[in-house]
Parts: sequence; C-alpha cells; structure tokens
Amino acid sequence: MALGDTLIAVSGVAKHFGEGETRVDALRALDLTVRAGEVIALLGPSGSGKTTLLNIIGCILAPSSGRVMLDGEPVFDGRWLRRDLRRLRLDKIGFIFQAHNLLPFLTAEENVAVVLDLAKRPADEGRARARELLDYLEVGHRAKVKPALLSGGEAQRVAIARALANRPRIILADEPTAALDSARAGLVMDLLRKLAVEQEACIVIVTHDEKIFDRFDRLIHLRDGRLADA
Amino acid sequence: MNLALKDIRHGLFRFVLTCFGLGLLMTVVLAMIGIYNGLVSDALAVVKAPAADVWVVEAGTKGPFAEASSIPADTRNAVARMPGVAEAGAVNYQNVEAPHGGRTLRLYVVGYEPGRPGGPRAIAEGRGIGASHFEMVADRKTGLSPGETIRLGRNRFTVVGLVEGAMNSGGDPAVYVTLADAMALQTELDPAAQRVQTARGAVSVKSASVAAVIARMAPGADVDLLAATVRQWKHLAAMTQGEQEELLLASVVDKARRQIGLFLGILLSVSAVVIALIIYTMTMEKLKQIATLKLIGAPDRAIVALIVQQALILGASGWGIGLILILTVKDYFPRRVVLEPFNVMVLAGIIAAVCLLSSALGVRAAMKVDPATALGS
Repeated sequence: MALGDTLIAVSGVAKHFGEGETRVDALRALDLTVRAGEVIALLGPSGSGKTTLLNIIGCILAPSSGRVMLDGEPVFDGRWLRRDLRRLRLDKIGFIFQAHNLLPFLTAEENVAVVLDLAKRPADEGRARARELLDYLEVGHRAKVKPALLSGGEAQRVAIARALANRPRIILADEPTAALDSARAGLVMDLLRKLAVEQEACIVIVTHDEKIFDRFDRLIHLRDGRLADA
Repeated sequence: MNLALKDIRHGLFRFVLTCFGLGLLMTVVLAMIGIYNGLVSDALAVVKAPAADVWVVEAGTKGPFAEASSIPADTRNAVARMPGVAEAGAVNYQNVEAPHGGRTLRLYVVGYEPGRPGGPRAIAEGRGIGASHFEMVADRKTGLSPGETIRLGRNRFTVVGLVEGAMNSGGDPAVYVTLADAMALQTELDPAAQRVQTARGAVSVKSASVAAVIARMAPGADVDLLAATVRQWKHLAAMTQGEQEELLLASVVDKARRQIGLFLGILLSVSAVVIALIIYTMTMEKLKQIATLKLIGAPDRAIVALIVQQALILGASGWGIGLILILTVKDYFPRRVVLEPFNVMVLAGIIAAVCLLSSALGVRAAMKVDPATALGS
C-alpha cells in the first residue's frame, strides 16, 4: 500500500506527572510518525503511556517537552502553538471511544450531524453527511433512533460515523472493539482501514484486543513510556 | 441544532415535573407578594374611599383608624364653613359581628351622611342609600345580596346596593349605613340592659359625637392651611389625606407588613437556593456529555448555551406555571391577593437573575471538565 503525507509527527515528546519523589514519567523522549493511509495500534501494559500518547496527539494533554506536528501544522513546541485547540480537534481529529459516548439526547443522525453543526456548517449539509455516513456504515435504517435503543455494534458504528463527519485526517480510537464480538470487531477494523485509504487519513488505535492485531499496518509497543518495538 | 431543547425533550417528563415543582414554589412567592400588596391595599381602601382632603379628629389622637377618636357631630358644620372647604361630612366607624344565614358575619360598619363625603366611592350593583334609616350598602365580600336583610344591633337593615374593595385594615368587609343609624348602633343598649340602667336611674343620653369629619377642598384651596387652622382649635386635630395614609401604613399594618415582607425575603432566598441546586444538579448529571462535546471540538459558547438556555427555560416555565396557578386560586384566599403587573415582572427579573447566577455555577463546573474524561469507559 502506498503511504501518503505524514499526518502525525511526534518527536522527543516526554510527559511526567508530579515532581520530586512523586514524579512519574509517563512518556520519555518518544518519537513517532504516522502517515496517511496507515492504521497503527498502540500496545502495552497498563501504565505504559498509551493513553497519555493518545491524549497528546489529540491535543487534550500538553507534553512536558518535545514537538508535535499534525497534518503538516506544528501544534506543540515546548508550548501549544494554537490557542484554539478545540477548533483544531474539530477540523483535524476524529475520536472513537470504547464506550462510544454518543449523546443520549440526540438521535443517531443528530449525533453525527452535531459535529458539522458545531463547525457552523449548514444544517442541510450536516444531515446529508450524517445520512451518507450512516448508510455507508449500514446503520442508515437506525438514523432516527436514540442511542439507548441501538445495539452495541450499531452504537459503535454511529460513533465511527461521528468521528468521520468532518472528514478528519487523523482518527484516534481508544479500545473501539472492546465491547464487540470477533466478527463485529473484524468488520469495524475493515471499515476503518477502508476509510483510511479512501479519506487519506491515518488511524491510531489503543487496544488490547489480540484478535484484531493482524489488521494493523504497525503495532507500536510501549513500555515504561518508551517505544519497546515497532 | 439547539442542544438545550434536544436535551429537554429527551427527559421531558422529568423536566416538566421539575418545572411544576418550581412553579409551585413560585406560586407561594407570588401569593406572598399578593398578600403583602393586599394588606397594604386593604388598609388604604377605607381611607381612600371618601376621597377626602383633610381628616378632622379628636385632639391628641391619631384617629379614627390608628386610635379611637370622638368629636362633636356639629364639628361638621364648623368645618364646612371654613374658607376653601367645598363640602364636609361626619363619619363613624365600628366593628360588629352579626348573625346571618347560620353564620356570623364580621362587618366594618361605616356611618356617613348620604349626600356628603364619607360614603362609598362607587356602587357596583343596586343603588346607594335613599332612606334615612335601616338601609345599607355592603361590600360584595360580605356575601350579602341586594334585597337581603340583616340584623345589626336592635334593628334590621335592608341591603340596597353593593360595592367592591371596601374593607378595613383587618380585611373585614365594610357596610355603609346612615350616620344616624351608626350612632344608634353604637349607643343603643340591649332591652334587658336598658331596663337595668333605667332601674338604676341612669338617664339615657344619645351620644352626639362622631369619629371624624372629612373635608373636600375647593379647587385651588390650600389643604395645609385648613389643617393648620383646624389645629388652632384646642379640641381638634387635623391630618391631610397623605398623612392619614402614611399613619395607617406606619402604625396599623406596619408589623404585619414587615412580618410578611421578611417572610417574603426568606421565601425568595429559599427559592434562589432551590433553583441554583436544580440547575447545578442538572449540569453535574451532564458532565460526561459535556466532556464528550469538548473532546469533539464544541466551543465554550455551545456548552454555556446548553446550560444557560436550560436554566432560563426552567425559570421561565416555573414563573409561568406559578403565575397561572396563583391567578387561578387567588380569589379563594380569605383576604385579598393583589398582584400588580410590576410585581410579576420584578419577580420574573429576579428569577432570570437567579437562573443566570445559578447557571454560572454549572458553567464553572462544566468549564473545568477535562475532555479526556470522555475517553474513559
């Protein structure tokens, strides 16, 4: 598979919590590059720094040092280089959660369209994009249903649709298949790979789910805040 | 997409129930405001009814409402002849309890001279007093109807007309009779008591004193000058209409007014705390959703709008429900509940301010939420 532009470039990123005797080094001078079309897994035991790295790439957590570049734009170099990080997330990053975290008061369609609404796009465009994605993910027939009435698999597909609504080039997922059986987990991974290719996006997934390891381009192993293997 | 309305629709039953609870609280607040206003309005009703300019009462007293006052009935002639006085009338006030229709009516009997100041301001139904004796005009709240009769003292009176909003500061509805009848009611004894007095050799002398004389001035005449002139007579005192109203509010109903005012203040404080608690709890329950919104890139204004709009909708609904309920039940209160549009709007303003302040607490909590919390399971 031909890989495209570098979408995530993390260099020398370190993150520690606390100071002195209570200091914990979650990440130590970590370098990572992810290119368009790649689907990679972040693996490692609990406390190895996977979620910390995901949060730093998602501009939720500031590193203690290092540089971060997303989609060609430097966003961190000792400090955040953009004030409006939420706008950055809205434009460039899609998140998929383990617990799908759909807003319970919105229908499946609205859960997807809300991303475009927040980006101040016309309501018609939001609805059309939501229908397009839900149909593509084969949950279009559940568009008007609230999350409480969706099955686990349906809810996860709606969450994926939401992550893709604004056509982000970076998709971050935290245990997206943890609540799914093998067959559905495989379908979700196939879907994400297809999207990565079609939308020229990269996908970074934190997972412990061994049954999907063979679906990744790379498995990034973290141990004590460092890359153990790549 | 209005997230606040979507969230409300999602939990509509619970939200409506919360609004209804708040509405009941607002009903109590509005009722207290109405009772407070009613107390003041009732107290002033009997003072304002004669549309007087000057009240002439007994020297050294603050009569006839704050204190008892008794002056010679012919004072009216003397006052009527004074410069600037257009007309004057003598009046008498007393409380009586009269049995009627199997119950006891507590009435505020106003004696006045028909054709002179002191009578009812406007007849709502029937006619005014036309005969010299045994006719009365009653306030509608007495429950009496034109044509009915009622015994007051030793005589039976016929109701010939009805008025509205005439009562004393205690809320007892007023009945108007002629001054002569009122004076007789005040002085005539029960036959048995009269026989005892006669046997003791007491001479029955009908009192020729009245509680006050009220004067209306000719256009352009100086009210203060008349009051000052009257005060020169050592046995009389005079008060302008304004002074009489001030006196009534400052002494007769002052304690009740302050009591209700204080209770109203406490009630408003409790309401503010309850509203704040509801809105804060509503926000706390949504923290995970707010974290999700922040994570997917929602700007602060979208999150603030979600909280503030819900707070204002809650406050407006509570206020509306409270207003509808109090307007529905206010006539069933034993005393008048007077709600002025100004009071209702001031309460709306207070509720809006409380909702905004309360939502500020929720907004503060929402702003502190780390978007990363949405990533956890």
